[in-house]
Amino acid sequence: MALVTTTKGEMEESLLEKREGSLDNDIEYTTWTEYWHEEELVHRSVHVRLKTSPPLFAEAASFE
Amino acid sequence: MANTQSMCTSFMGQLLNGGHQFGTITLVSRTSLTAPTTDSFKAALYLASATINAATTAYTATGEVSGTGYTAGGVAVTNATVPVATNSSSTAGVAYWTPSASITYTTVTLATAFDTVLLYNSTQNNTAVSVHTFGSQTVTAGTFTLTMPANSTTTALIRLATT
Repeated sequence: MALVTTTKGEMEESLLEKREGSLDNDIEYTTWTEYWHEEELVHRSVHVRLKTSPPLFAEAASFE
Repeated sequence: MANTQSMCTSFMGQLLNGGHQFGTITLVSRTSLTAPTTDSFKAALYLASATINAATTAYTATGEVSGTGYTAGGVAVTNATVPVATNSSSTAGVAYWTPSASITYTTVTLATAFDTVLLYNSTQNNTAVSVHTFGSQTVTAGTFTLTMPANSTTTALIRLATT
């Protein structure tokens, strides 16, 4: 019996509708989990996995 | 042997460790000048409507998310991995650093869309370090987790590079 933290307090997972989604691009891989109760969103968690950021370049100038 | 113009990779790594000072700056004491302590860093979330970018110089509450379970200023960043400086050739190298653990905001409700995290140095007057954006999100009585990329020359969260 799994309990889910919701806007209405702890609720039994079996009483809720679970919806999941994801986003995958060059910057991130993101997943989210939603729980709905009687057409009301009562829980939404998000997990963002950052992939990479552009590096900051450093340069030593030449004498010309 | 030939000499080759390049920024020294070790120098870039030392910049990440505050090892050089070309001008004047007001520092909060690191206890010792010869064996300074590591600064603390924090991560704050910002609304999609905020203006946080390269011009941001320090943490600001303007545009920051607010909601149940979220404390202004964000959360501490776990920093157990020292910066690394690696040469890839005689002309190129990378100095890099990544937080050593995920950044987690536990049991929060953030009803207004947010898409940015600001890393900042909470020891040194909340000075800004870097801005990272992602797809706009909301959280409802849940947890928001930012998992870091691998700490490598090509994927680390903060990379100073020569080419």
